[in-house]
Amino acid sequence: MSVDVFFALLFGASAVGTALAVISRRNPVASALWMIGYFLMLAGLYLTLQAPLVAALQVLIYAGAIMVLVVFVIMLLNLGNPEQLRERFNPRMGLAAALGALFVLQFLVFVLSRPTGYTQPSSQASEIGTPGFLGRVLFTDYLLPFEAVSLLLLAAVVGAVVLAKRKLEP
Amino acid sequence: MSHLPLEAYILLSATLFTIGVVGVLTRRNAIIILMSIEIMLNAVNLSLVAFSAYLGNAEGQLLVFFVMAVAAAEAAVGLAIVIALFRAQQTVYVDEVNLMRW
Repeated sequence: MSVDVFFALLFGASAVGTALAVISRRNPVASALWMIGYFLMLAGLYLTLQAPLVAALQVLIYAGAIMVLVVFVIMLLNLGNPEQLRERFNPRMGLAAALGALFVLQFLVFVLSRPTGYTQPSSQASEIGTPGFLGRVLFTDYLLPFEAVSLLLLAAVVGAVVLAKRKLEP
Repeated sequence: MSHLPLEAYILLSATLFTIGVVGVLTRRNAIIILMSIEIMLNAVNLSLVAFSAYLGNAEGQLLVFFVMAVAAAEAAVGLAIVIALFRAQQTVYVDEVNLMRW
């Protein structure tokens, strides 16, 4: 077993474990901390796929910016009462279990019945993951979507400020 | 075995996506529901990067950047909605909010 396979299996198993911990912890702060672990495990998986730029952005944006925002909001709302944190059992749990089983079955049938035939990464994989290559494609072929994303982020900033303001009237 | 086949990554991505779906359906806390949505977005990112690496095509990784931008926008607006909801109803539990329920 090569080093690549070992780390891919290690990070993959840890990603599943941390994701399960995120959705099963009662306290949202514990969930948020497991979520940071989940993002870091995915960054490790990106490294095994020879995508260092995506891995770096994953750590910066997700584990850094987004999780700080989430933890900050949890702190702001001050949900400390343990009685309030208790999850009541509801009929949606059965629905969720059934739907989850259906998803797993569907994916298993799909993946196992039609092998893609790709058993190893492309020989160009290490080249296309570099910032230089991705930047050249992003700022030539994908310039219009790039500008559209900046518009989307501007709209999100304005929307977030308006929504979180105390009163809508000036 | 020097490399994992592509199916291994697709299967892992599908598993993580399913965990996210179950999280959205079972939890009541709006913040944890938002985190479950992030789990699903990340699962899709994983399959995009895997396809990009195995097919030798850069467009999968570019799509990941756009998904990250959308996820950041979604987190900002979603958390602002949670704050507005808490200010109006003093709760973040989605089953206690029934203003728009018919």
